[in-house]
Amino acid sequence: MPTYVTRFGSLDQYEKGGVEIIDDDPKRYTFSNIFDVAAHSRPYEKVAVGKNRQYVLEAIRAEGDSDWRRTAHDEFALVMDGEVEVILHRLSPDEEPPEGTQGSIQLGHEPAGPRMGRVVARRGHMTLLPAHAAYRFRAEKPAVLLLQTIEGADTLYRWGEICQTH
Amino acid sequence: MTLLMDTDVIASEPNAHGYAEFTLGEFHFRRDEYFVYVKWPTGSHVMSADAFLRAMQRDVAWNFFYGIVNFDGVVGTVNHYGTVDLFAGRYNDAYRKAEMDHVENFQSENIKATFEGMLADWTNASFDPFASPEETGSAFGDKNGSNLAAVTRRRVASRRMVSCDDDEQLRTDATHPINRMFADVPQDSPSVEPEPGFESEVKAYNLFAYLSRSDVTWNPSVVSVCKDSLYCPTTEEYILPIIHGNDRVEWFVQLSDEIIWAVEDRDTGAARTRVVMKPGDVASMPANIRHQGYAPKRAMLLVWENADGALPELYATGKLPSHPVDF
Ligand SMILES: [Fe+2]
Repeated sequence: MPTYVTRFGSLDQYEKGGVEIIDDDPKRYTFSNIFDVAAHSRPYEKVAVGKNRQYVLEAIRAEGDSDWRRTAHDEFALVMDGEVEVILHRLSPDEEPPEGTQGSIQLGHEPAGPRMGRVVARRGHMTLLPAHAAYRFRAEKPAVLLLQTIEGADTLYRWGEICQTH
Repeated sequence: MTLLMDTDVIASEPNAHGYAEFTLGEFHFRRDEYFVYVKWPTGSHVMSADAFLRAMQRDVAWNFFYGIVNFDGVVGTVNHYGTVDLFAGRYNDAYRKAEMDHVENFQSENIKATFEGMLADWTNASFDPFASPEETGSAFGDKNGSNLAAVTRRRVASRRMVSCDDDEQLRTDATHPINRMFADVPQDSPSVEPEPGFESEVKAYNLFAYLSRSDVTWNPSVVSVCKDSLYCPTTEEYILPIIHGNDRVEWFVQLSDEIIWAVEDRDTGAARTRVVMKPGDVASMPANIRHQGYAPKRAMLLVWENADGALPELYATGKLPSHPVDF
């Protein structure tokens, strides 16, 4: 039986494909690479690599401790490289994001609500960041997250830098 | 084995090859050992039976999916979410110019019943239309049994996230052995340490291990849900059996290995781009294209969809541009 090698990318080793144009504009394909974006990001910058109306995919370089963040809706963090610890707390009523807040926002202090638990996730692992929770990421070594969420105050747009333009 | 035929399905007695022939509106479908023949008032078409059944399988299992499912450059369906167009030549410049194109609109449940009947009757015991060519036997020959278990697989669709309570559960050796092409994918689990009382909200699972155990190809299934934002990863090997025409922008994230996409104009079929995707690559697919993927080795692809029901109308009327971002 043949032996197959499954190829994943990492911060240290990634190779980009690309758009070969026949009759179109490459900008319409918003082509970027998560590892390339994370390699050029500062820790915990939330850089959009996908956007469909209000929804975004954010590539996040996890390195050291993130700030405490809070969310009013479920988000999902997929580890694309490395290992990331997630600590979760239930938001106390006065910590809830203002009505209508989308994406996550800074908490600004240590969480006051009860601790919900902890997850340690490695490549390929998806973690639920539940609604009405505060969360903090920690990574001993640089790691990469892909976050499924809604655009928020801290979402960064760098399309001109990260995407293939010609 | 008796086939479950809806009373609205118009099917003939078995033909000389043992297969029923089907009539839907003014369309007529029949198969023989190698081919499927489609006839409509202004034209006719022939497809390989295995390509036809692979395409039909996706159309039925996805409930006509988002937008257009082209079985090939001539025949396919358009989903209007409640009704479905069955067309021939509608998205083919030459057929349009020759006025050989034909479209009929059906209630979704009626066309689905006919398609399910055709798929059940025309799939022999040796063939699994969801499997890669290396993993299944032949679709060809005279009628020889059936494979109802394969063609009526339950659609996997998470409501919150795989592994959550009352939701899709993890795949195990008992039901979903690791695919031969993903034998090297780590099967480790995340450490999940909920405090008492928070067990149903502190959740994580190994998505890559979950995908390594998929028993089907080219079949996006929901694994996580953020309102209308759906992660629909799928494992791909060989060729996408349909040419998918978008009715909204969709996004691809290449999780493993490589897929090459041939991208054409949705309405005319004219070539627009080739998109080569490697691990970590992200690309949007405009709302006015159609595309077909080629995967040399089984690959993990994250298809990211926006299920907002208002979108097709907004794109169709030009209220939204066909590409997602201006920069
Ligand atoms: Fe598609």
